[in-house]
Amino acid sequence: MTAAREPERAPESAPARVNVPDRVWSGGLLLLGLAVLVVAAIIVAELVHIGGPAILHTGVVAFVRNSVWDVTRDVFGALPFIYGTLVTSAVALVLALPVSVGLALFLTEMAPPSVRSIVSFPISLLAGIPSVVYGLWGLFVLVPLLRRPVEPLLAKTLGFLPLFQGPPIGLGYLAAGIVLAIMILPTITSIAIEVLQTVPGTLREGALALGATRWEAIRVSVLPYARAGIVGATMLGLGRALGETMAVTMVIGNSPTIRASLFSPGYSLPAVIANEFAEASGDLHTGALAALALLLFAVTVVLNIAARLLVRMSRRGPTRVAA
Amino acid sequence: MKTLLVISGLALGLAGAAFANNLLINGAGATFPFPIYSKWFSEYNKLHPDVQINYQSIGSGGGIKQIIERTVDFGASDAPMTEEELKKAPGVVHIPTVMGAVVVVYNLPGVGSLRLSPETLANVFLGKVQNWSDAAIAKDNPGAKLPDSAIAVVHRSDGSGTTAVFTDYLAKVSPEWKSGPGAGKSVNWPVGLGGKGNEGVTGTVKQTEGGIGYVELAYANQNKLLMVDLKNHDGQWVKASLDSVSAAAAKAEIPADYRVSITDAPGKEAYPISAFTYLLVYKDQADPAKGQALIHFLWWAIHDGQKMASALDYAPLPGPLVKKVEATLQSITVQGKAVLANRK
Repeated sequence: MTAAREPERAPESAPARVNVPDRVWSGGLLLLGLAVLVVAAIIVAELVHIGGPAILHTGVVAFVRNSVWDVTRDVFGALPFIYGTLVTSAVALVLALPVSVGLALFLTEMAPPSVRSIVSFPISLLAGIPSVVYGLWGLFVLVPLLRRPVEPLLAKTLGFLPLFQGPPIGLGYLAAGIVLAIMILPTITSIAIEVLQTVPGTLREGALALGATRWEAIRVSVLPYARAGIVGATMLGLGRALGETMAVTMVIGNSPTIRASLFSPGYSLPAVIANEFAEASGDLHTGALAALALLLFAVTVVLNIAARLLVRMSRRGPTRVAA
Repeated sequence: MKTLLVISGLALGLAGAAFANNLLINGAGATFPFPIYSKWFSEYNKLHPDVQINYQSIGSGGGIKQIIERTVDFGASDAPMTEEELKKAPGVVHIPTVMGAVVVVYNLPGVGSLRLSPETLANVFLGKVQNWSDAAIAKDNPGAKLPDSAIAVVHRSDGSGTTAVFTDYLAKVSPEWKSGPGAGKSVNWPVGLGGKGNEGVTGTVKQTEGGIGYVELAYANQNKLLMVDLKNHDGQWVKASLDSVSAAAAKAEIPADYRVSITDAPGKEAYPISAFTYLLVYKDQADPAKGQALIHFLWWAIHDGQKMASALDYAPLPGPLVKKVEATLQSITVQGKAVLANRK
């Protein structure tokens, strides 16, 4: 209580005397904040400790660049897993982003409030479904649908692209990407809604007053204002897609190969760790899996840094209106 | 939530009080024998209310790790321990408990029975035979109407004893498999899709016309899957059954430490992809009470316990082998003293 009243009495730049409760308070918060970093550091240290021997055995560059994963011969190449992780996440983003942003725009800009509350509920419900349920749904509903008719249809119409060639197996990058898209849709949508709601009404009204259509108002005033936030929302969705394990394992086909076609089976970093860790034979195999975890960590960090840069760049955008 | 905590706390407290004077033996390991083991532990507890056995089915690898670190009283594994692992845990004895088998399942509408010779089977999983109408398959199945459709190979994606047994068999019958993918819990599969667990493989095979995969016999029996007949070491076509699996251990040469693969075993009736599952115990037990109880339990398991095996789709150990295991159990000591020396 006293601490709260203190600033009222003292002018902003004055407090030179020591304020014990404040010090304790800020020290405690600092400690809690550091704890997060410490936990992250311990995770990295432990992964390096377990994975180190396997990485040295293979060589850092070879580990990342080789595409053969042969446990019985202690040959460890992580490229197929990195490739599969990135491809499935990319497919998920491509599919989920337009839907999420469109949905968010519809709910904030067009829909009457009653519709908004009705539609928002199932979206948040989607976020609460356990990933193993998504996986089972993918395996028993989505995959048969992809095998026939979706993939043959794609091959017929877009088959000139290498992405849509090869036998329609069902299990593969496409199936994993679609399941991931559905899983990250609620994340991106709900954050995008929050962001769009912060857009000042005056911006919209200004654009409309100048004779803009609804679409033009959204395009020139709402979207630029919300761009940074939408990029942030996308990155959160991407984070979930990169790390998703269970659902992906069940539909990706678990084959450590690199193929251009989205129809082919692949593998992802979290999936191989989940699959092989329980029965990993020998320290080298366990180590190689820990090294994959380290790699997943690295991929996540790199993408997060990229996201930060992207957000910063979009903030500097010319149409940004100072808040 | 709170009430739940209180209730479970009470339950734990009560359980703790009830078993306060009882012996708790801890074990961990293989998931494959978990159904029979949990049956054994509960039946044995009915006979000996003072002995409680707690088992965590965390996988064979975990079982071996834990017995090496002595964090459990016994381990369990589908694959015998390697030399390297045994060096870390000198004095560990393998006790075969029951037998299992790996069966090849397929999905070909209109084809009710199918035979595959060892070479053809290996070539299918090597990706060299890619169509069901291939001459090699036709040769094994004279008169059968085989469709002109692609073979979709399905294998386990998770590291597993099932894969270890299956690839061990392929490596024995096919030099090309041996020098190629080799044998192990996870191998570098030349072709195919990976399914997680028996259910993952089954699900994928069932969904994919032309699919072929491998699962545990118990799992295939319980889910009524179509199984491929295989040609055994003696050149006979055999169906996978509990009898043909037990037969595989009858004629196989089994060393004193039981660390042997009995895939492709001799014997007219022997099913070629059979395997033991083991309990792992130290030859000299450190804890007198636990050691005694554990040895008596093992004795019970290889005698009375065997009768419960077939109901749960495990093949019991053949008689001569039980005699051998008896001798092994008699050699286990508690702080240097024999326990079962005079037991018959």
